[in-house]
Amino acid sequence: MLDAVRRPLGRTLAVLIKEFIQLARERTTFAMIIAIPLLQLILFGYAIDSDPHELPTAVLAHETSPETRAVLAAIDRTGYFRVAYAVSSEAEIDGLVHSGKVLFAIEIPAHFGRDARRGLSPEILVIADASDPAAIGNAVAALSGIAGGALAHVGPPLTGADAAPPFRFVVHRRYNPAIETSLNIVPGLTGTILTMTMVIFTALAVTREVERGTMENLLAMPVRPTEVMLGKIAPYVVIGGLQMAIILFLAWLLFDVPVEGSLGLLAALTTLFVLANLSVGYTFSTIATSQLQAMQMSIMFFLPSLLLSGFLFPFLGMPLWAQWIGEALPLTHYLRIVRGIMLKGAGFADLVRDVGALAAFTLAAMTLAVLRFRQTLD
Amino acid sequence: MSAPDDIVIDVEGLTKTFGKQVAVRNLSIKVKRRLIYGFLGPNGSGKTTTLRMLTGLLRPDGGHGTCLGYDILRQSAEIKRHVGYMTQRFSLYADLTIRENLEFVARIHTLPHPRDRAQEAIVRLGLESRAGQLAGSLSGGWKQRLALGACILPGPELLLLDEPTAGVDPQARRDFWDEIHALAADGLTALVSTHYMDEAERCHELAFISYGDLLATGPVEEIIARSNLSTYTVGGPDLDALSRRLKSLPGIDNIAPFGNALHVSGRDGAALEESIGPLVEAGPQHWQKSAPTIEDVFIDLVSRPKGALAAPSKDGRNA
Repeated sequence: MLDAVRRPLGRTLAVLIKEFIQLARERTTFAMIIAIPLLQLILFGYAIDSDPHELPTAVLAHETSPETRAVLAAIDRTGYFRVAYAVSSEAEIDGLVHSGKVLFAIEIPAHFGRDARRGLSPEILVIADASDPAAIGNAVAALSGIAGGALAHVGPPLTGADAAPPFRFVVHRRYNPAIETSLNIVPGLTGTILTMTMVIFTALAVTREVERGTMENLLAMPVRPTEVMLGKIAPYVVIGGLQMAIILFLAWLLFDVPVEGSLGLLAALTTLFVLANLSVGYTFSTIATSQLQAMQMSIMFFLPSLLLSGFLFPFLGMPLWAQWIGEALPLTHYLRIVRGIMLKGAGFADLVRDVGALAAFTLAAMTLAVLRFRQTLD
Repeated sequence: MSAPDDIVIDVEGLTKTFGKQVAVRNLSIKVKRRLIYGFLGPNGSGKTTTLRMLTGLLRPDGGHGTCLGYDILRQSAEIKRHVGYMTQRFSLYADLTIRENLEFVARIHTLPHPRDRAQEAIVRLGLESRAGQLAGSLSGGWKQRLALGACILPGPELLLLDEPTAGVDPQARRDFWDEIHALAADGLTALVSTHYMDEAERCHELAFISYGDLLATGPVEEIIARSNLSTYTVGGPDLDALSRRLKSLPGIDNIAPFGNALHVSGRDGAALEESIGPLVEAGPQHWQKSAPTIEDVFIDLVSRPKGALAAPSKDGRNA
């Protein structure tokens, strides 16, 4: 009777012990068990700020009066805006917003002080980059609170001070005036999907050969590491292009997401991004010793890409250290590219920094992969 | 070409260690052109490691030499172009068809008209009816044929075959060896590793390797003659009991059962005869002096104390 319980229990225990031993030996699994909760906790806890402050802002002031200074000081006190650029023309504003260097541009009109004093309620134009609605929502809301009191200490208003606020903010939401989140999410999703699939595809490319024992034969043949790499990556560039086409078509069909900019440019830069991810995956596959390990590495790469690239959470809302990590991830740059082209109609000149970063990343990863590729079985 | 033209493999002092384990120790061999050179040794004796060092798949920790006149340390790219290496484990693509695998090999070697070359190989292998079958679905014998076919497709000068007949049925083994002999007659050199002693006799020359050490080299008859082994074949009843008794007697170095008989061997013929003399008289078993087989010699070589191997006259290294 007792045996009926003890035996299955004993066998279960035997399996359990074996699993623990294997787990302890499989170092990457072990690392994942520790690293994933740690990573998530740190990223969600510290890096992700759904109420981002200190957003980069450009200011175009057509006059320098005490009133102008008082309004700018009040805007600064909200904590949501950080004046990164003081510009002198509207063209400069367009450039900065277009390239994503600022999320806001504030334009204070000429004769602002005088008009405010006369009770003419002059308008301050606030241009907001609404391609990432989550980033700007609270900042815009904070503006409405300061119109009443901003000028309180700058001399008395002339007439009817209580009836109307001395000035008004007019917010122009660019790129996504209706604040539809799908407009922001869908282009981002293309990058996320490509990251996941491309990295995994190539991460398995070399380890599969090692695991199936075909590597020995391949190495014994007169083929060079670069040739193996390019031969293995090339098919997936085509697959990546196909995925992109499907996503774009569905985005247009289901969510009405437009492509404001050049489709050719988008295709070219997407190819570059696909290449960047493929080279990451390939590098993993030269390091991993099994397909399982390669998958784990891919996930370890995917997670920060998802969280720190600006896909899920506003990039500019993250602390500086998280932004630095984000800058090292291809997805971060691609998100700027894809949102720029699809929503803002950005051209190559606006994106040159991100394109450069992607190209440098790809080159570095490929070099590492070729160096890592073991030409011997040592 | 640094080596004389008729020497295809010429290596000296090859050593390879994995961690603390010495896989191959100070191994030197010379293989002449058009020979079938048998590389014999038990599992884990360093045969595969040696073959991998010859192809450049492993970097030796010590030693130097040439393969087809190319330096094994620096010119592995050249070696790979002219050597057909057949791995121990089937290492063509299981998820490709026979034709696709052969075309892949032809393309990697940048042969002109890869499709035609693959087709020729298919015909030569007699695989026409299965050309579209996935390589992974083939039986052991056919996989081995395919692997050999892939090896010789690019027209190598030297074949390195790592236990090509392991796990293959006797008929397929025989066919395989016939093929190797035909290839050698056409001018190819083959280095074949095996742990089957009966296959040793199908080779023109042999090298015995055990736990990283080279024990003997040379033609089969020469190795047997040089062993100075005296062997008796014993038949009759109660061989188990006899075997136990013999173990304690001086002059008897090896007792090995062969079917219904025992092979009793000793390096010192006189001492052996002295020990067995009374037993031969007493019966009931019948004793017969016989020539030692290559297996007797091999087991003897493996069981000798280490010091005995160092003598150059015995291992034939400088022959």
